[in-house]
Amino acid sequence: MIIARREKWIGNGLLVLLMIVTIIPFITLLVTALHPAGSYPSGLELPETLHWENFATAFQSAKMGQLLWSSALIVLGVVPISLFISTLAGFALGHLRPPGSRAIFVAFLLGLTLPFQGVIVPLYFQMRDFGLLNIRWAIILPLIGLYMPFAVMWMRAHFVNMPQDLSEAARMDGANTWKLFTKIHLPLSMPALSSLAILLFLWTWNQFLLAVVLVDDATKRTMAGALGAFQGQYGTDIPLLCAGSLLILTPTLIVFLIFQRKFVSALLQGAVKG
Amino acid sequence: MTATTGTSGRRETVESSTTSLQARRRALRVRRLRRGWVALALIVPAALFYGVFVLRPLALTFQYSFYDWNGVTEATWVGWDNYTRLLHDDEMLGSIFNALELIIYFSFVPVILGLFTAATIRKFAMSRLAVVSRTVLFLPQVIPLVAAGIMWTWLMASDGVINQTLRAVGLGALARPWLGDFDAALPAVGVIGAWVALGLCMLLLLAGMTKIDPALFEAARIDGAGAIREFFSITLPSLKQEIGVCVSVTVIAALASFDIIYISTQGGPGNSTLVPGLEIYYLAFFSREIGQASALAVAFMVLVLAIIWPIQRLTRDAD
Repeated sequence: MIIARREKWIGNGLLVLLMIVTIIPFITLLVTALHPAGSYPSGLELPETLHWENFATAFQSAKMGQLLWSSALIVLGVVPISLFISTLAGFALGHLRPPGSRAIFVAFLLGLTLPFQGVIVPLYFQMRDFGLLNIRWAIILPLIGLYMPFAVMWMRAHFVNMPQDLSEAARMDGANTWKLFTKIHLPLSMPALSSLAILLFLWTWNQFLLAVVLVDDATKRTMAGALGAFQGQYGTDIPLLCAGSLLILTPTLIVFLIFQRKFVSALLQGAVKG
Repeated sequence: MTATTGTSGRRETVESSTTSLQARRRALRVRRLRRGWVALALIVPAALFYGVFVLRPLALTFQYSFYDWNGVTEATWVGWDNYTRLLHDDEMLGSIFNALELIIYFSFVPVILGLFTAATIRKFAMSRLAVVSRTVLFLPQVIPLVAAGIMWTWLMASDGVINQTLRAVGLGALARPWLGDFDAALPAVGVIGAWVALGLCMLLLLAGMTKIDPALFEAARIDGAGAIREFFSITLPSLKQEIGVCVSVTVIAALASFDIIYISTQGGPGNSTLVPGLEIYYLAFFSREIGQASALAVAFMVLVLAIIWPIQRLTRDAD
């Protein structure tokens, strides 16, 4: 089969090309970061001596330690609360179906395609009136609300597919709604929950707009938000900026590479459901 | 979606005494009612967050859009003035047209390239190379868009890798500061968006293609269809839903673009890469025109809905 072999050859070539295009910006970033600080490097040439100390400098001047801590705190605020309350709502809307649940679900769906910029202005004044501006809650609380349409839809889709017989059997054995939820349905929801957790982690960690608008102090922002401030500060020192950018995107990259199988399936599912 | 309604106890055994039957029915109804309230209570926390941080701000955006307000002093009612100004302002209208143009780069390019690549490698989607590519091609999805912006700003700078490559192959005449050039800036920003979306689109479409029954392809080949005929008669129609997903996700990314542009061009040079998301931010937090920013936000949200809703309708009912 000569044709099949040629098809395979073309296909593989195309795939490799696509991967090269994807990776080149990362490599450029690394190569540039290894040039002497303050220099204006030319393209993909490696310098004579590799300046690994740029990473240490960038780590310090970007206050990476604080940033990691800050992002972790924000993620720890957003993800568990979002998971918990969206699972409760998804369970009720998808499985228990009380009267009016259809209308409530449609109300949640309204927010599904909402761009964050549509509500950012009143959100700013609302957080100011609550006295929450410039602290991490200013990012955490709105993000939970903004993720609700997606999270509720995601969990509802999971609970809709759970057989009613299962619940009836548990009811027969005397389980009330809360027991039914915690003892039967929660353990069965772990795959759906972990995929949702991955997506929420990623979106929170990379959240930029809310961080920039609602928190002035870069060290209290998310990683992505802080990168914006770092660029303003070191916009002219290209190697240092590149080193800082690499440091800032490394944590997600590491988490991604460790859990890549879960990530890939979560990203694929997430896109389909969104 | 299953259509079970969860009516337990409908198959009751025939009771000799009608009074006990009534009593039982009443007890059942009470229990169902109580369960209904419990279920509604479970929705309350989610609804509360959604109400306070999405629905209320949404309503306030509408309200603000009818006022002239600098965020500090008393607001004055101006009716539809902000909207009329929007229609006559080149800067704001321009931002909307820029966002529409970005759809070409953020959406059409990755979807079409993704379709082409996925169709080419469909037959060996399980090969080792293809499995490795699932990790590599997702990298742009995992990093912050801001980081993508920084990377590409440097790649596209006057002495960046792209211009150096052009000069090296004798196309130096084409070299320019891509993001600083009035005509090239918007497509250049578009390239960044296309780079981010391409992997996701390709892998989504590939996942869709592997779900198509191979017998269909075989039948087509036996009937004498070539690769192109096969693509248009079998692959494309079977992928309606996946294409719909890719188009919706990328079109929203184009219209709501903010991070990449904030970092790479700040809307410049001039207003050549200004988009509504950025203009709302500038109007509200720099020129302190809250009402005008809100009117633009309302128009912007209506635009997003008007574009996304038909796409969803067209591609969802197939399944």
